Amino acid sequence: MYNASDLRKGLKIELDGEPYVVTVFEFSKPGKGQALYRCKLKNMITGVIIDPTYRSGDTFKPADLSERKMQYLYNQDDEFWFMDVENYEQFPLKEDQVGDATNYLMDNLEVDILFFGDRPIGITLPNFVNLTVTKADPWAKGDSVTGDTKPITLETGYELRVPPFIEEGGKITVDTRTGEYVTRVKE
Amino acid sequence: MNRRSLKNPKPHLLLRARIFQSIREFFISRGYLEIETPQLITAPAPETHIESISIQDRYLQTSPELCMKRLLSAGFPKIFQIARCFRGGERGDLHLPEFSLLEWYRTGIDYRDLMEECEALFLFLSRRLDMGTQLSRRGLNIDLDIPWERLPVQTAFERYASVSLEQALNNNRFDQTMVEEIEPHLGVKTPTFLYDYPASLAALARLKPGCPSIAERFEIYVGGIELANGFSELNDAHEQRKRFEKELKEKALLGKIVSPMPERFLKALKNMPEAAGIALGLDRLVMIFSGARTIDEVVAFTPEEV
Repeated sequence: MYNASDLRKGLKIELDGEPYVVTVFEFSKPGKGQALYRCKLKNMITGVIIDPTYRSGDTFKPADLSERKMQYLYNQDDEFWFMDVENYEQFPLKEDQVGDATNYLMDNLEVDILFFGDRPIGITLPNFVNLTVTKADPWAKGDSVTGDTKPITLETGYELRVPPFIEEGGKITVDTRTGEYVTRVKE
Repeated sequence: MNRRSLKNPKPHLLLRARIFQSIREFFISRGYLEIETPQLITAPAPETHIESISIQDRYLQTSPELCMKRLLSAGFPKIFQIARCFRGGERGDLHLPEFSLLEWYRTGIDYRDLMEECEALFLFLSRRLDMGTQLSRRGLNIDLDIPWERLPVQTAFERYASVSLEQALNNNRFDQTMVEEIEPHLGVKTPTFLYDYPASLAALARLKPGCPSIAERFEIYVGGIELANGFSELNDAHEQRKRFEKELKEKALLGKIVSPMPERFLKALKNMPEAAGIALGLDRLVMIFSGARTIDEVVAFTPEEV
């Protein structure tokens, strides 16, 4: 159990059966009065933000969160299916839980899936992934008017701007935290 | 040493030193005696929501209040002290577990006289620091020129809170209402004296003559920040013992450390003349004069940096 005095930014607690992360934390205490712990908490499933005030004596259950290494299998309708690489169990995540990660999900990509109890609730991608370029205009030599980058499309359908020397069929590394091009992959 | 070479330069330490030196100048010029009392004591003042830190069989002082009042009883009529104080479990943008308090006590005056002396101190400091009387804080311009706003607690609830003072007290929501609904409005145009607290919220203050539900206690707010707590001192030893017993009982109920009854203080209180006294947080005072956003910016080292 956590006490109110354990509250701090980033702490994950369970309230009414749902996991919350502390996003803002402020300690206040009138000189002669009781300590107040004013928080903003984000529901880790729905994203809803609440702003409760706690007092000393209040206690909290740690959110039962764990990460499991899983492989991306396929998507069907609005569900994305993953398989545990150790025991081959399969779980779906809803599209809104996967979010921007859909830009980088290719078959067999290994990711971390966050579980609340035995319920999958979120995904953490590797920082860098290699993806194949499926659509790119050829590099027109001497054509510097268009600037230093050109638009391309990756195998996942993700569109981004890259240096002009990137060609269709080649592979590039993308930083999943920023969504930006990092380097060309030499085969 | 070149301050630029430090990873986390502390630009307000120079101002801090000037404030401390000017405070001494102010009180000495007014005939106050600077005193020191022990930091390690045997019995801190029993106050429900203030946690003392124990070291072997002693406690680090949470305030020098009891020792200073013993000196009033011993015949020193005007005393001041800049004291290091310690309170467990307090850490935030306005709180350090180890901090500096200015306390001063004077016989023959009450809390209203003390309010005027506070005004004089702030004006003296602003002159000494060549700052004019305007302080700016978070977009506010706060004028130190007298008179400051004087606001009874009852009126503050009527004006700013969604519940009445009585409801807040009955539902144990006084502190929360104060922090969330009232404090942001205090000390906005001038500093504010919030005064006349419910008797139940003043363990060491005298009750208002003819008005036993109110204690002659006040707090100073500047820019929404609580800076100081002062009162007409209770000098009825019998009444003081009863209040301490109540506070200790509440501490026990809350599962907190129950420290011993301050017997020597209670004995000395029988000889204490009428007096008023105040504790002013010096780290926060430096914040107010420097415009610092957090208390971390005005100390040489935070607990995390030691």
